[in-house]
Amino acid sequence: MIHTEQLTKVYPGTDFAAVDCLDLEVGTGEIFGLLGPNGAGKTTTAGMLTTRVIPTSGRALVGGVDVAAQPALAKQVSGIVSQQNTLDRQLNVWENLYFHGRLFGMGATTSRRIADELLEQFQLEKWAQASVYALSGGMAQRLMVARAIFHRPAVLFLDEPTAGLDPQSRLALWEVLGQLNRDGQTIMLTTHYMEEADRLCHRVAIMDHGKILALDTPAALKRGIGADTIVTVRAAADPEQLAAVLARDVAGVERARVADGAVQLDVSGGQRLVQQIVLAAERAGADILDLSITEPTLETVFITLTGRELRD
Amino acid sequence: MAASDVTGDVTTRAVPARIELQLRPVLTASYSALGALLLRDLVVLWKDKWVFVLRTVIQPFLLCFVFLYVFPKIGQGVGGGGGRRGESSFATVLVPGVVGISIMFQGVQSIALNMAQEFGFTREIEDRVQAPCPIWLVAMAKVLSGAAQGALSAVLVLPIAAVVHAAGVHAHLDLRWWIILTLVPLACIAMAGLGLVLGTSFEPRNIGLMFGFIILPITFLGGTYYGWTTLSPVRIGGFHWLQVLVLINPLMYVNEGMRAAFTSSPHMHLYVIYPVMAAFATTFLAIGLRNFRRRVLA
Repeated sequence: MIHTEQLTKVYPGTDFAAVDCLDLEVGTGEIFGLLGPNGAGKTTTAGMLTTRVIPTSGRALVGGVDVAAQPALAKQVSGIVSQQNTLDRQLNVWENLYFHGRLFGMGATTSRRIADELLEQFQLEKWAQASVYALSGGMAQRLMVARAIFHRPAVLFLDEPTAGLDPQSRLALWEVLGQLNRDGQTIMLTTHYMEEADRLCHRVAIMDHGKILALDTPAALKRGIGADTIVTVRAAADPEQLAAVLARDVAGVERARVADGAVQLDVSGGQRLVQQIVLAAERAGADILDLSITEPTLETVFITLTGRELRD
Repeated sequence: MAASDVTGDVTTRAVPARIELQLRPVLTASYSALGALLLRDLVVLWKDKWVFVLRTVIQPFLLCFVFLYVFPKIGQGVGGGGGRRGESSFATVLVPGVVGISIMFQGVQSIALNMAQEFGFTREIEDRVQAPCPIWLVAMAKVLSGAAQGALSAVLVLPIAAVVHAAGVHAHLDLRWWIILTLVPLACIAMAGLGLVLGTSFEPRNIGLMFGFIILPITFLGGTYYGWTTLSPVRIGGFHWLQVLVLINPLMYVNEGMRAAFTSSPHMHLYVIYPVMAAFATTFLAIGLRNFRRRVLA
């Protein structure tokens, strides 16, 4: 559904590529996530695929349409939900949907019918005649998704869809996207929430500095770091020294690093881990303040790949 | 057979009725998108019809009220102090000017202000440019609906001048339909084009500056209150500097055109007005559409 070859964007006045020779392949019916920190090139990538950013070089096809060569045609196959609320403030909720249908060449009767259906499907019937100013953030986002799929796009693009939403609205939106996908909708989203990428996406591309660092299913990405347990230790001691000690004395440590003043250990197959760590730290004369053991997350994957945290 | 069954099965499961890639030719899609964009503006205009009427009528009403009613009543000198006759000939100058200025304000308000808002805090433009047509057509739709609103305001404003005046003060109107029907639309397009240029050039936060530095000078030096031909006495040495200076003002040609269309008073030659107005319209559209594209695409 999406295919890119060496897709590159260098913004005028900059000497680096915001997106650097990107090769992507997204299949029909997939939920594909671009995960990365701000400035990684996710939004630029999505912008090029949705015709708003003109590629410097390379090629991108969406639904078989070359987006740079035929932008007007490409818009027929894309549905877009942007970060900001872009609803038409001068129209009510129902009209926002209806006019979208008309914009995409549907007749009055068809547009009316689909607008009614979508309001019901997205549980917004009660708000049909309301001003869009009356909608909460979550409802506005749902309406934007409803509007974006109105013309049955081949790919639904969402740019940071849940940024700024409360946790409940975020879950509700994931539910909506999951359902759309089960109905066959191909979805591409950008996000910097690892949990969103983990829960929602079939495959995730981790991006940084305009390049894809890793691309796979969330499970495979997490397996790929070669550890099944992540231990974070905070102690009243020099973290660098402690990291070296723990890496040497604790069995099964694949990698040890310092992040945010704490020592992080990637461990695989470690036995009696807590005990080992406490003993090793005590021998080194470090008082442990806090110790936590978790499974690897996409955040861990990102840290392993870049040495930085996703939030930076 | 087994293979084709599997393929069929996969296709129906992965791509159910939801996704049918039926692409319409860009020309067809653009045509219906343009229609929908205009329909949307029409619906919004109808919703706000009283605001539109009030917004259109208030300025012409006040101009006519002050200049054609209050001034004659209190004996304040307009019209060269020639009594009712002088006041009437000033009315004849002012009425077409009022129509011209209304067309300009409509272009600025319906396009520049809306666009500044849509580019600014509402970000609505982000959605509008996803319409399945070339981006310039989205801006062109705005120009067309702005121009239509300008024409509508011309129709609304003219009767006001007939009603609001002191006893004995009459504008001598002499409607020349072939000029009205050709020049009013051209003026509307040109002023809508000006609205597009302003709306795409000024950051939303600088709209106040736009009014102070662009709209006010255009209005006051645009021949609303005087005809261009009568400016020659304003001179330094032998040079009619004001008459020359105002030639850069597009509103001057609009107002002179309205003077030619609605009255038989002296005005700039039509063979100057038509081509210059067409040139302004073309230039404004070219700059406005280019700006719009730059603002929307990266």
